[in-house]
Amino acid sequence: MTAPAVSVRRWQGPAAFAAVFSAVAVLALVAAPLLLEPFRLGLLAKYLCYAIVALGIGLAWGQGGMLTLGQGVFFGLGGYAMGMYLKLNDAAGDLPDFMVWSGVEKLPALWKPFGNPVFALAMVVVLPVAVALLLGTLVFRQRVRGAYFAILTQALAAALVILLVGQQGLTGGTNGLTNFFDFFGRDVAADETQRGLYLLVAIVLGALYLGARQLVRSRFGRLLLAVRDGEDRVRFLGYDPATVKTLTFAVSAGMAGIAGALFVPVVGIISPALLGVVPSLELVVAVAVGGRFALAGAVLGAVVMGYARTYFSEELPDAWLYLQGALFVLVMTLAPSGIAGLAANLVRRREART
Amino acid sequence: MRNSLWRTGAVFTLAAVTLAACAGQSSTNDTGASSGGSDTIKVGILHSLSGTMAISEVTVRDAELLAIDEINAAGGVLGKKLEPVVEDGASDWPTFAEKATKLIAQDKVATVFGGWTSASRKAMLPVFEKRKALLWYPVQYEGLESSPYIFYTGATTNQQIVPGLDYLKEKGKKRLFLVGSDYVFPRTANKIIKAYAAANGMEILGEEYTPLGHTEYSTLVNKIVEAKPDAVFNTLNGDSNVAFFKQLKSTGISADQMPVMSVSVAEEEVRGIGVDNVAGHLVAWNYYQTTDTPANQKFVAAFKAKYGADKVTSDPMEAGYNAVYLWAEAVKKAGTTDVEAVKKAAGGVSLDRPEGKVTIDGDNQHVYKTARIGVVQPDGQIKEVWNSGEPIKPDPYLKTYSWAGGLV
Repeated sequence: MTAPAVSVRRWQGPAAFAAVFSAVAVLALVAAPLLLEPFRLGLLAKYLCYAIVALGIGLAWGQGGMLTLGQGVFFGLGGYAMGMYLKLNDAAGDLPDFMVWSGVEKLPALWKPFGNPVFALAMVVVLPVAVALLLGTLVFRQRVRGAYFAILTQALAAALVILLVGQQGLTGGTNGLTNFFDFFGRDVAADETQRGLYLLVAIVLGALYLGARQLVRSRFGRLLLAVRDGEDRVRFLGYDPATVKTLTFAVSAGMAGIAGALFVPVVGIISPALLGVVPSLELVVAVAVGGRFALAGAVLGAVVMGYARTYFSEELPDAWLYLQGALFVLVMTLAPSGIAGLAANLVRRREART
Repeated sequence: MRNSLWRTGAVFTLAAVTLAACAGQSSTNDTGASSGGSDTIKVGILHSLSGTMAISEVTVRDAELLAIDEINAAGGVLGKKLEPVVEDGASDWPTFAEKATKLIAQDKVATVFGGWTSASRKAMLPVFEKRKALLWYPVQYEGLESSPYIFYTGATTNQQIVPGLDYLKEKGKKRLFLVGSDYVFPRTANKIIKAYAAANGMEILGEEYTPLGHTEYSTLVNKIVEAKPDAVFNTLNGDSNVAFFKQLKSTGISADQMPVMSVSVAEEEVRGIGVDNVAGHLVAWNYYQTTDTPANQKFVAAFKAKYGADKVTSDPMEAGYNAVYLWAEAVKKAGTTDVEAVKKAAGGVSLDRPEGKVTIDGDNQHVYKTARIGVVQPDGQIKEVWNSGEPIKPDPYLKTYSWAGGLV
């Protein structure tokens, strides 16, 4: 499949981009908090958390050609790091509630450092990046790619779920971690806290988007595209594709970790159900719907699919899954490069006409 | 060119869908905000209508909707009709929390009936506690919980698992093997079973867990056969029971030689497992379709009339059906749907239900229930072989049991 990256770039002239980006920023940072009720704003914050993961997938898959079906793993590592800190903070020296009913009597050694907020926040990024670097080094050096890489990441997600479910005393098992009260000195459920969290998520997403965009437009980004479209040629030119891929994969993992950490106070729970194979796949689907060749498409896809899920399931609780599936099929049939590809096409045709 | 026409069409379709979505959204908001002064009372129903739990939870939703229909037919509550708002928890715990928030914050429902798995309840608990709203949870569970904003109309451990153990002990089954799905209910249940066994001279020969949805049981069944227990205590949930009972039957050991006592296998599950595989084995609940009370004859007949003659009724369905009636009775007593007033009025509310007399314990918001042990019959029904004679006071923390001292 040929990427419409060139055409996308044409309507992304610096001035046009600045205008569109500022408009979206005003919409997200000013209009949304004013217009939406707290419950809807909370949902939007959740979609934006997923959008951060999607941004990472857009980078790894859309730009780097690495189809990662296990982003939930990194999302989960970030989420659990945050959840463990919040749980210990709420317990204030006692054992977290789920350990009590799981029959754990002493705080496990693994949990102890997470009582420190600085350590926990560092782990939100360090853990996913470390796992991705390790996996990437092992896999890409061996020139594992395509479907094999996808299957590996998926297996990793499945394995992590089994591990988390099986260690109930250590991880909360199937329930995961929930029932948080305090978020850095504020009541996590209060409307003001949730509004602040929404703004935080939106700003983090914006910053990461700009960073990712810069990365894609840099020399490194061109190399990444080259690796996607002709890995062997890049190697013959004297570059090391494995390093390029590993670094990109680690960046996308770090993004997922940050998203997971933000997700926990926004939604109030982190559980294995959020990071298994199915939610990881749903995010890839969202990126495909939005358009994987443009970073903005990935973000848009996550928001659209998140909103569609909420809307369909509220209106038709018995049949919403069919509609969600139909939306995916519809977009993929009519616009194989997603909503962003469609938009790029329209703009290009208009330019051709004028 | 034709292709591009298609694509333009798609853009318009998408835009139209989005617009329709926004319009639909604002209209729901309007009704949500104006529900206070209207002539209906909104109540939320939140069960999994999709995903692995749907097969069980849909039946509870149906029973709750039946109760709402019946109450409305009899004139409603406080002169107003009940209006159910149904949401799908999708077998996904965070979704349960999200939909619970939606029902409370946007639809402004007076109460919510919902949940099945303990994980879904644990995920919803902070939502109800922080927003000071009411949840009625209709399924037997592992105890050790008593949220001020949840009413538990299913059994806690001393109304189901402990009587099940008493029955096995009485029958001289002293060497047990524990089998369960890997989540909080089986693990906590087995912790309680082990404490009971230690205090009652019973021996636990093995304790095995499999992931939810697991279907490969030959290894586990071999372990059981080698251990030669007097009985198996089964806390497997869902599809796993099918594979487990099939595998067990293939060993040729009969239910008389080594009965399996199940606490999550009811009439609906018996049909799924295949009655040939499970006939003769034991179950512990508070209600069976065969329970002989006037209220039950009415319930079974009404359920079949509404949903089809081939439908069965089960314990969680009955507990969900009861929950609606118990809430309605508390509202009548309080004279308002205000949460704090209803909570206060609920203590001591007592009704004759299909399972017999049920009374709300105001202290822990659980329900007095009669324990019943049954044997699965070749026709798929369950025949009661023992009951506790009177409703048992709920004791979620097992405070009145000396052997349970170390559990909490």
